[in-house]
Amino acid sequence: MRVIGIIARQVLRDAVRSRVLYAATLLAVGLAVAAPIAGRLTPGQDVKVVKDLGLAACNACGLFIAVFLGIRLVAREVEHRTVDALLSKPVRRYEFLLGQYGGLVATLALALTVMTVAMYAVLGAAAWWRGAPGLVAAAPVPVADPALLQAVLLIFVQLAVVGAAAFCLSTFSSPVLAAVSTCGLYVAGHFGAELRNLDEVVDSRFATLLAAGLSYLLPDLAAFDVKAAVVHGQPVTAGYMALTVASGAAYILAFLVAALAIFTRRDLL
Amino acid sequence: MSAVRLRELSKTFRTGFRGTRIHRALEAVSLDVPHGAVLGYLGPNGAGKTTTLRLLMQLVYPTSGDAEILGRPVGDVGVRRRIGFLPEAVRFNDGCTAEELLMYIGGLFGYAAAERRRRAALVLDRAGIGAERRRVLRAYSRGMLQRVGIAQALLNDPEVVFLDEPATGLDPLGRRDVRNLILALREEGRTVFVSSHILNDAEAVCSHVAILNRGKLAAAGRIADLDLRVRGWKLAAAGAAESVLAVCGAVARRVTRIAEGRFLLDLPVEPSPEPLVAELAQRGVRIVSLDPRRETLEDYFLRRVTEDAAATPAA
Repeated sequence: MRVIGIIARQVLRDAVRSRVLYAATLLAVGLAVAAPIAGRLTPGQDVKVVKDLGLAACNACGLFIAVFLGIRLVAREVEHRTVDALLSKPVRRYEFLLGQYGGLVATLALALTVMTVAMYAVLGAAAWWRGAPGLVAAAPVPVADPALLQAVLLIFVQLAVVGAAAFCLSTFSSPVLAAVSTCGLYVAGHFGAELRNLDEVVDSRFATLLAAGLSYLLPDLAAFDVKAAVVHGQPVTAGYMALTVASGAAYILAFLVAALAIFTRRDLL
Repeated sequence: MSAVRLRELSKTFRTGFRGTRIHRALEAVSLDVPHGAVLGYLGPNGAGKTTTLRLLMQLVYPTSGDAEILGRPVGDVGVRRRIGFLPEAVRFNDGCTAEELLMYIGGLFGYAAAERRRRAALVLDRAGIGAERRRVLRAYSRGMLQRVGIAQALLNDPEVVFLDEPATGLDPLGRRDVRNLILALREEGRTVFVSSHILNDAEAVCSHVAILNRGKLAAAGRIADLDLRVRGWKLAAAGAAESVLAVCGAVARRVTRIAEGRFLLDLPVEPSPEPLVAELAQRGVRIVSLDPRRETLEDYFLRRVTEDAAATPAA
């Protein structure tokens, strides 16, 4: 665990130094800050728009970080041969891999924390600027609603799942292929119901069976999306949260086991 | 017990889209490196030197055969605490400084922060990284990165050091420093396994050599025990008149006048130098020395590689 922690910290340090992380986080913070302007276009709904945009920015920029780092961490270390010096030290391959993934998750956590703080700051500033009572009256839920954290938590778990998938794919394929496959998985994961009902629009039995199979095999990423619910003040139960987080954890575990099985056996050329 | 032992170590790579083409990078290489030896692992490009080192570091897995370092299988994590490795054309994540990198690597060995700092300073000094240790690695030249690579390989005070082309990217001064470093490691009783194609350097620092060609071991042993062929004779003489030089000129390949009455003859292997020595002595010339002119390691290497190529039918 010590070695895994050290590697994870180093990955986080490298990510913090990386301009890409700053760019993605600043973009999300920028979107959150700009959200009140968009909110003005929809009178009475401005808080909802700020929340919607803030959460969407967290999700989109977090997704970029998860895919970008997920596909690059291992592939780049192997391709640039920076892994050579590292694995000649008392570091087992699984420790290296788990450390890298730990670093990815820590980076996501840091970026989401910054973005969430920015979103709450914007909401707080909006409430202060316009007068909180008016805003609360216009919206059915408090402005700085703690329930938003539920959505952020599920976004985080979803991104950890996507990151694990990218990570797994990058252990045996090129970064470009891994990126395309991960994006495909993300899209398919959000349209599980549509995939299961593909027979309504497609005649091919093979295609419908394949789509249905994929929909059961791939993580149901739509389940992690509770943005609309929390923005509209609908309750997200603790049971739902626990079940969704558990399913995410199971997928992460599956992707990591697959990545470990591949990475610990392959030649690092 | 050998410091490094290879037993019938083979590595085959499958190439091509379907993986049907086979490239035998290493074929049944067996080698013992004694403790305290400096082994020059020599061979032309593509001979399998780097593959061997990558097998020893378990970056690639053998197709057959096995290897041990300090009596333990190469996969043993415990043995990695006792070895150092400089990869070929070493690279690091370049956002950090040399000092930060070594602090990180020291952490992987489990050293406390103060110990990491002490060791990092020590090996960076030894590798010739001065005040630049606090500059980010991306600002380093190739030679400087190579020095950082050497520093990280020595951080844990290793018993066995593996260096893959350590002089890569270094200027003449840097090459001299690497030679001196290897000699210092040898003085300290460490075993050094150095892959190189700079044969002059290898000859200057190695006690043992192993020559690899097309994945096969062509020769191995102590440099002193190699059958370095006599390629001629060097005869130094004094007190010779000009008339004597004319006699020598007929036999010698080259006559070099060192000083008045002193000269150096470069004689071929055949005819034997004894009749000339006898004749010179008869004419009152004093023979200062007569030494065989043996093959250099480079000559030997080229001969073995050429012989090997001639013996191996073209694929």
